[in-house]
Amino acid sequence: MTGNLVEARDLHVRFVTRDATVRAVNGVSFDLAPRETLCILGESGSGKSVTLRALMRLNPAKRTVVEGRLRVGGHDLVAAKERTLSDIRGSVVSMIFQEPMTALDPVFTIGRQIRETILRHEAVGRAEADRRALELLELVQIPSARRRLDAYPHEMSGGLRQRAMIAIALSCRPKLLLADEPTTALDATVQIQILLLLKQLQAELGMGMIFVTHDLGVAGEIADRVAVMYAGRFVEEGPVGALMRAPLHPYTRGLLGATVHDQPRGQRLTTIPGAPPNLEHLPRGCAFAPRCALAEAACLPAVPTLRGPEPGHRARCIRVQECGLERAA
Amino acid sequence: MMFYVIRRILYAVPIALSVGLVCFMLVHIAPGDPVNAIVPPDAPQAVVEQVRRAYGLDKPLPVQFALWLGHVLQGDLGRSLATGRPVWEELRGAVANTLRLAVVASVLGFLIGAVLGGLSGVFRGRLIDRAATTVAVAGVSVPHYWLGMVLVITFSVTFNVLPAMGAGPDNAAGWGWDWAHIRHLILPSVTLAVIPAGIITRAIRGTVSEILGQEFIGTLRGKGLRGRTVAYHVVINAAPQVLAVMGLQLGYLMGGSILVETVFSWPGTGFLLNSAIFQRDIPVLQGTILVLAIFFVLVNLMVDLMQTVLDPRISRA
Amino acid sequence: MTDRSDDLQQIPDVGGPAQPLLSVRGLTRHFALKGGLFGGLGAPRAVVRAVDGISFDLRKGETLGIVGESGCGKSTTSRLIMALMRPTAGEIVFDGQTIGPGGLTLKEYRRQVQMVFQDSYASLNPRLTVGDSIAFAPQVHGMARQGANARARELLAAVGLEPNQFGGRYPHELSGGQRQRVNIARALALRPRLIILDEPVSALDKSVEAQVLNLLMDLKSDFGLTYLFISHDLGVVHHVSDRVLVMYLGQVAEIGPVDRIYAGAAHPYTAALLDSRPSMDPANRRTEPPLTGDPPNPIDPPSGCRFHPRCRFMEPPCSTTVPPLATAGPDHRAACLMALPGSGHSQAPAMAA
Repeated sequence: MTGNLVEARDLHVRFVTRDATVRAVNGVSFDLAPRETLCILGESGSGKSVTLRALMRLNPAKRTVVEGRLRVGGHDLVAAKERTLSDIRGSVVSMIFQEPMTALDPVFTIGRQIRETILRHEAVGRAEADRRALELLELVQIPSARRRLDAYPHEMSGGLRQRAMIAIALSCRPKLLLADEPTTALDATVQIQILLLLKQLQAELGMGMIFVTHDLGVAGEIADRVAVMYAGRFVEEGPVGALMRAPLHPYTRGLLGATVHDQPRGQRLTTIPGAPPNLEHLPRGCAFAPRCALAEAACLPAVPTLRGPEPGHRARCIRVQECGLERAA
Repeated sequence: MMFYVIRRILYAVPIALSVGLVCFMLVHIAPGDPVNAIVPPDAPQAVVEQVRRAYGLDKPLPVQFALWLGHVLQGDLGRSLATGRPVWEELRGAVANTLRLAVVASVLGFLIGAVLGGLSGVFRGRLIDRAATTVAVAGVSVPHYWLGMVLVITFSVTFNVLPAMGAGPDNAAGWGWDWAHIRHLILPSVTLAVIPAGIITRAIRGTVSEILGQEFIGTLRGKGLRGRTVAYHVVINAAPQVLAVMGLQLGYLMGGSILVETVFSWPGTGFLLNSAIFQRDIPVLQGTILVLAIFFVLVNLMVDLMQTVLDPRISRA
Repeated sequence: MTDRSDDLQQIPDVGGPAQPLLSVRGLTRHFALKGGLFGGLGAPRAVVRAVDGISFDLRKGETLGIVGESGCGKSTTSRLIMALMRPTAGEIVFDGQTIGPGGLTLKEYRRQVQMVFQDSYASLNPRLTVGDSIAFAPQVHGMARQGANARARELLAAVGLEPNQFGGRYPHELSGGQRQRVNIARALALRPRLIILDEPVSALDKSVEAQVLNLLMDLKSDFGLTYLFISHDLGVVHHVSDRVLVMYLGQVAEIGPVDRIYAGAAHPYTAALLDSRPSMDPANRRTEPPLTGDPPNPIDPPSGCRFHPRCRFMEPPCSTTVPPLATAGPDHRAACLMALPGSGHSQAPAMAA
């Protein structure tokens, strides 16, 4: 086993109901080193949230089929039974969610919710758990921490709630933190505080982080590596600087062009025509081809493999070698 | 919080008064001169007038109400027109009997409802959900007096294992929690439990199912909590709504089911109300309705306060 | 019922290009919180000062962006301007005329001012087809049904939705971006002069957002509209607006040309807000957040300058004096003592002789 925190190979996740099969994740492979931050970038329907939840096997058990190889912190998550999985969740891997108002139990205090996690995974007494809960609230920089232990979620503002959720997630010092758009619902000044807090905590606790977002700016601010997701696949992956400076895949380029950031005013934004494909009926070839200005006949028969001008920065596009040359020109 | 409690208690007072007024008025709106219940039909007019004056039935209505209210607040509910005994004496035994029946039926109904409702909420859409829902709907739809009679025919007549009527052996007054008395309680409480069981099944099913669909359940699983702990969270979240329904059901049952009590000759308030209505025994009617309504108001108050304690989102202002 | 007309024309300009289309003076809206022993009977326990005396002009043909965070009052402001709420104090003047008795009636006003909301699904009646939703308002204002339907089809085409394909659909059959286009078409149905856009693209994916923003720009020039664009997304506001108004805790913090402000804000809050945008350049990352703590609650705002407890440049006068909007440059004003000559702040310019 290598030293990687996460090893995913050819991960497939589909939701099977009587009426249809939705192929949400179609062959995702990546590694995550300890202390590394990976941002999965994508829009709605790309499969990014499903992938994240699959890393904890948190998808609804009845309908979900997970195939492929997935090792997190040395544990094989595809083969593991529910018992082992519930031991791993919260202790080795933890997750924070987008909307803390709905993600926290409304009728329990914050202190109780933190304590509950600690007592579940660690053999300590209640007093010790309470002490650690207070420590955690201070770690996430919640003012008046002692008072907030007895507060209910609805009594706190959005930023504080999100910090509380982070405290709950970190209560058992997980090795991997999963974050599903944790700052999307927050104000701008609070968002940057939370992002910086997460970076700081990652360094302090030595965690790996996988962050799902649709906001390129967020990726730019905290990621080491970025993976762009479309129709259940990584269509581009690479170090954040290289990917944002010189994107290889037409979809990534489209996202960058569509994201408002200092384009001259009055100039039209680049848009990506069309809509994402139906995950029940994926095309055989490149899923982005119907919307791609550079598409040609060779894109259709099969899904392009990942390739790139340098190791570590690759994209699923048959034109990529050419793009590499274009970039130099 | 104290303000809230005091305010809720104070709200109960005008409600109780209004209830008293309504039941006072209802009785007088009904056709039939109450005096005719007391004096024989061929009594001379002078005697009729005398009786009327003696019972205060000649005074204007608002005065009658004020007088009645004054007496009630002193604990005097008047005397029964039919038997001459103080109303409170008639009521005491009946209320106690109805309460016993109501509480036992409620507990039974709640238990059944909780089990069926919990199962169908968790396994929504599956066979067990459909089975439980069918049972619940049947429970609510079946006329309970008919069910009572069926039970009597089955268990008392055919198999002769349980008594068909009364609240104790040989209808002796007084109650004891011994088998001789409890076996009289079984059939009527099962009969009465069926409706609350159905209603609570549906209520719990809906609440549990809604809670299980909420996002924080995913967070709980994500923390590695086991099924038992998640169930605990669901119960606490569901409690305010479910307890409200249960409280109301208890309130209804305490009102006494005239039909079931008649079927089983259970000497409770329903039975009492039944005869008082036919006899136009106004004091008994008023007293009984008032006492039952006060109980209901109290139960509602308890439910309100309990909800506030259990659900931190309800403002305690 | 009066005669139904065949078409609605845009109500012509009254005051000429120099007159502001919308003039807001001292606009205030407070919400009382109930409490005490007898519920609403006692004195209110607290007052939410959602909007507390804002004044600004909206010029004809411009796009004025309003930015701010939770609790700043921008949504309440939009509803006040749309006359969906009555202000506690202050006045709104539309092209020289007040709204209410003696000026424009509400119906006349609403013919000229329309709104697009953030939640595209909640804004549409789920029981009406989108074509019917768009045709609804013209019919209310006297247009014959046939004409209204024709207009609806015209507008669907104008927003990029094929009328034959989309006119008969229900809101739940459309995607978020398509629904928002329907809302825009509906806002255009009465040929208004001003459209208030309250976070119109916040709930949309980035690629769809770009499409809708392009559409809004096209429609503005095609139909001669004025926009009031409310958003929390600073990048979007920069892209679409000519001028920007920054709100903090119910008051105006800064107002001026968007390029000027984005290049160098005069108000410390605006500077912090602009600084909070995540950088698109990974080589240029922040280590400290520009502002700590959460946006405060509009109940019980701080005395003096409302931003002073969080401001790096705070000095004693800031907690006692409410800074008026002072000139910080051409057409650029900021409510900060540092911009007000002679205010007592060490950074303030000297008084003119």
